[in-house]
Amino acid sequence: MIRVALPQHLRTLAKVGNEVTVEVKGAVTQRSVLDALEAAYPMLRGTIRDHVTQERRPFLRFFACEEDLSHESPDAPLPEAVATGTEPLLIIGAIAGG
Amino acid sequence: MSSVRVLVGTRKGAFILSSDGKRQKWDVSGPHFAGWEIYHMKGSAVDPNRIYASQTSGWFGQIIQRSDDGGKTWHQPGTPAGEEMGPGGMPKGESNKFVYDTSPETGKPLTTHQWYDGTQHKWEFKRVWHLEPSPSDADTVYAGIEDAAIFRSTNGGKDWKELSGLRGHGTGPKWQPGAGGMCLHTIILDRKDPKRMYIAISAAGAFRTDDGGNTWKPINKGLYSKYIPNPTAEIGHCVHHVAMHPARPGLLYMQKHWDVMRSDDAGDNWHEVSGNLPTDFGFVIDVHAHEPETIYVVPIKSDSEHYPPDGKLRVYRSRTGGNEWEPLTKGLPQSDCYVNVLRDAMAVDSLDTCGIYFGTTGGQVYASADAGDTWAPIVRDLPAVLSVEVQTLS
Repeated sequence: MIRVALPQHLRTLAKVGNEVTVEVKGAVTQRSVLDALEAAYPMLRGTIRDHVTQERRPFLRFFACEEDLSHESPDAPLPEAVATGTEPLLIIGAIAGG
Repeated sequence: MSSVRVLVGTRKGAFILSSDGKRQKWDVSGPHFAGWEIYHMKGSAVDPNRIYASQTSGWFGQIIQRSDDGGKTWHQPGTPAGEEMGPGGMPKGESNKFVYDTSPETGKPLTTHQWYDGTQHKWEFKRVWHLEPSPSDADTVYAGIEDAAIFRSTNGGKDWKELSGLRGHGTGPKWQPGAGGMCLHTIILDRKDPKRMYIAISAAGAFRTDDGGNTWKPINKGLYSKYIPNPTAEIGHCVHHVAMHPARPGLLYMQKHWDVMRSDDAGDNWHEVSGNLPTDFGFVIDVHAHEPETIYVVPIKSDSEHYPPDGKLRVYRSRTGGNEWEPLTKGLPQSDCYVNVLRDAMAVDSLDTCGIYFGTTGGQVYASADAGDTWAPIVRDLPAVLSVEVQTLS
């Protein structure tokens, strides 16, 4: 199972806790994890990736294993620790003050 | 006994204010969708328990929320299990999918509008500014969006389709964003003629359709805007809001960037009725529920000073359809007040003594149960108010 940590507003939207788990068949990539996440929680469609372009929304970041993976290819394999469920994929809202 | 429900959208959530017909004591519910911008909420006249809400965020984009129990519980249309299945057997979850129509049947490449620097810019969906439920079908609702276009859902907000004839009108390349973005912020449905609708866009102007949204015409004749190269141009006016009394559908009132305007022929011609207002800049305008010639505005000092003149929050009422205005001040702050009242933040109820409501960027929602003669705050310290709508319940 893949662990995904969501920012607070998306947890509220999906009515879930800090982390959710999703099952991914095949390669564990940003795309496959987000596809599985949106299939399980359709209310999140369009909130992490643009509905049409499927690109990451500009003010969201993808972290894992203390690395920023936001600019990696969506089809690049995620770290082994994410694929094995040891570490979560962190979806982070960019910090903004004011 | 009658009651009212005031739907308040703010920068940080939605609030529902409820009272009986006396409108003296209020229950406050909220924040709903805490932390999100709620641009607009509006209830269905067919089914008052059906309320649509536009929830937006710079981080997470657009969400459409729907309540079927008068605002007690909410869901995104199409997402609860079993509601509507997609190819994988999962709910479709497309209630926040607003895709501009580029289909062959439109016959036109609807690709660009004018950008701030005068170049052409592609249309980009940003948010829903206004939701207008059909007066005859609770599952039909219209959405006015930024970048300006009008969409319609006929299944309770699960899916949306653009009425592309508006952007296909031919003047689209001349539309340009105002400081607040290029938004379609006003949608008025004519209850007597289901095929007639009015919309307004900042900064393009007002448009009307007489065939259910297939074709549109600009209705800006008589508007004069010094801030565009040709002050009487067909397109380019910064219309802030338009209001219509349902019993007199050809009679329209407009708060333009500057100028309060009136049309007696469904927008074909406009004339100014600013009269003795202390300033004719402002955002809101609305009509008394029972008196089509009684209208309300909140004058704002100027387009660079978005607060009331002299620090006095005054609603102005005209009982003559414009030109002759009286300030309404009882119960409103008459010193050191520097809030704004945004374009969708005034509404009226339809009780026998018409109630008037408006919200401010300072977080106050004021109510008058006597058509504006006296005012009192329902709440004082909400986040900045973006929109106010009222449901009159029996």
